[in-house]
Amino acid sequence: MVKIYVPIDSTALSLGAERTAKKIIQEAQARGLEITLVRNGSRGLFWLEPLVEVESAQGRVAFGPVSPADVAGLFDAGFTQPLADQAKAHPLYLGLTEELAWLKKQQRLTFARVGITDPLSLEDYLAHDGYQGLKNALTMSGADIVKAVTDSGLRGRGGAAFPTGIKWNTVLNAPAEQKYVVCNADEGDSGTYSDRMIMEDDPFVLIEGMTIAGIAVGATQGYIYLRSEYPHALKTLNEAIRKANLAGYLGENIQGSGRTFHLEVRRAAGAYVCGEETSLLESLEGKRGLVRFKPPLPAIEGLFGKPTIVNNVISLATVPIILDKGAQYYADYGMGRSRGTLPIQLAGNLKHTGLVELAFGATLRELLYDYGGGSATGRPIRAVQVGGPLGAYLPESQFDTPLDYEEFGKIWAVVGHGGIVAFDDSVDMAKMARYAFEFCAEESCGKCTPCRIGSTRGVEVMDKIMLGNNRAKQVHLLRDLSDTMLNGSLCALGGMTPYPVLSALNHFPEDFGLSGKEAAA
Amino acid sequence: MDNTLSHEQHAQIQAHIQAHQHVPGGLMPLLHAIQEDIGYVPETVYPDIAKALALSVAEVHGVVSFYHHFRTHPVGKHVLQVCRAESCQAMGSERLEAELKARLGVDYHQTTADGTLTLLPVYCLGNCGCSPAVMLDEEVYGRMNTQKVTELIAEVCHG
Repeated sequence: MVKIYVPIDSTALSLGAERTAKKIIQEAQARGLEITLVRNGSRGLFWLEPLVEVESAQGRVAFGPVSPADVAGLFDAGFTQPLADQAKAHPLYLGLTEELAWLKKQQRLTFARVGITDPLSLEDYLAHDGYQGLKNALTMSGADIVKAVTDSGLRGRGGAAFPTGIKWNTVLNAPAEQKYVVCNADEGDSGTYSDRMIMEDDPFVLIEGMTIAGIAVGATQGYIYLRSEYPHALKTLNEAIRKANLAGYLGENIQGSGRTFHLEVRRAAGAYVCGEETSLLESLEGKRGLVRFKPPLPAIEGLFGKPTIVNNVISLATVPIILDKGAQYYADYGMGRSRGTLPIQLAGNLKHTGLVELAFGATLRELLYDYGGGSATGRPIRAVQVGGPLGAYLPESQFDTPLDYEEFGKIWAVVGHGGIVAFDDSVDMAKMARYAFEFCAEESCGKCTPCRIGSTRGVEVMDKIMLGNNRAKQVHLLRDLSDTMLNGSLCALGGMTPYPVLSALNHFPEDFGLSGKEAAA
Repeated sequence: MDNTLSHEQHAQIQAHIQAHQHVPGGLMPLLHAIQEDIGYVPETVYPDIAKALALSVAEVHGVVSFYHHFRTHPVGKHVLQVCRAESCQAMGSERLEAELKARLGVDYHQTTADGTLTLLPVYCLGNCGCSPAVMLDEEVYGRMNTQKVTELIAEVCHG
């Protein structure tokens, strides 16, 4: 019986994968062909979604993008025998999936299984090296697990890029009768979807990573704080948690080890600031997501006042492979102090958008042109925002910067979550700077003055600049305001809004109605 | 007793309150549960929630009003969210927003005259690879334009 794969990832669904899947079942029935339809995750080649794969002796063969209208023709061409000449001649034939250039050059560690397996099949997960990391962790001391994570060089994917192992070590050494592991799945950065993909397309890897974290530091309860905008991820995670509990990978006495870890998903409610770890904890406690003063660090006094690991989805989902293959294996990828790989998300105005996982060190140019294929509109790429709505806008002259936390720091930019949003030359950078303030005003928790007031005043100043109202003076005010926000805000929302604003002003002064010299004044 | 709520809705809300009153940090999941059933969180139930969870009414109000997701008034039968984030802007979401508002005759946070559809802004649906994106009820749609969204509304809301 031939196996056919149709993705169930949100992006594939947003392009009609559900209707394609239904049509394939109907068509096979009508022709009396027995098929097994597997709903896999997305391989991350979005311009080819819905990407349908058919199993063959040589491996999986890809066809795409397959709309429902294409299905009958594919059956006529005998695509269930995908290596026959007739199937190869079909215009949607793409060849062996693993040989596609986009995939072949990638270094997929965190995303090793994404697109390949059925996300909700625990059997599939185990057959593809799932739970090997936990198996090893269960034979190790907490300190040794933490050491492995520290030695791997894994860093948080938020703006600060804080070493994950150091965070864990603090929680490990904090004495308490109750500790927690919290997964920050509320990072709503535009241009980033790797969290969503992991949760929808390989949920067990996140569950495994959190379980390892719990065992490492002695936390018996975990929470995934999930964006309310991701209903598919919510369903998938809940079902995966149910299955992991049933199979003894969660709950009491995990795999007969005597260890306990309970896991629950909590739905967020559309407040961007709750992607900040202390706001997130407030929200989990059932309060408004107001940022907390630090110290104390959440690692010492976190959820309900107890020591808490708060990590991003990608950090936690990367832990299993580190515990499976060893810290050195992971650390051998990357450059400088940016070790391992980064799942990069290509978004915005690009011909080929999608997910690329590569060792740190690839340049933006490589990603935008070799992978991204240039702009979707065919016009020149003028500005690229990296690292979400609080990341800097980079001009063409900076496209050769390698993706590396320190290299980006040198040009006053952030890698953040590895989200890359491209804009063509029709973009108005003054408008984007205004939008950054508007977004901050909309999402500010209101606790600190620079963020609360600064963002609103920022919108007003931008309006005056755009109207050409005493520009030089307003630009001076804009810089002063940005400086206050940068240095005086409690958290990254107010503290990083000047990144998109000032980078837009510095690199694209003409959009603010200024010559380069005036902008610097 | 809120006259705008049916007896069944009252019963649902009371059951959710009971189920969540001893859950650590249970207010957020409680509000989600109520909104999922009723479509919004009626202000008239704040005192009941506050009492059961040992909070003040002001605290309940503070939480509901802080989060964009929660609403205190009924919405249309369907909810259309249009992404306003950068990636969608890079692919023309501003025009899409303007055209949709004009075509539907509503601004954000408003419901069409026939009560069918409520229009809301959203900041990222995680579908940035296929911008501009919208979400109709709980399904995401990518590479949208006004024509496609209009067809989608016709199919889902009137089909």
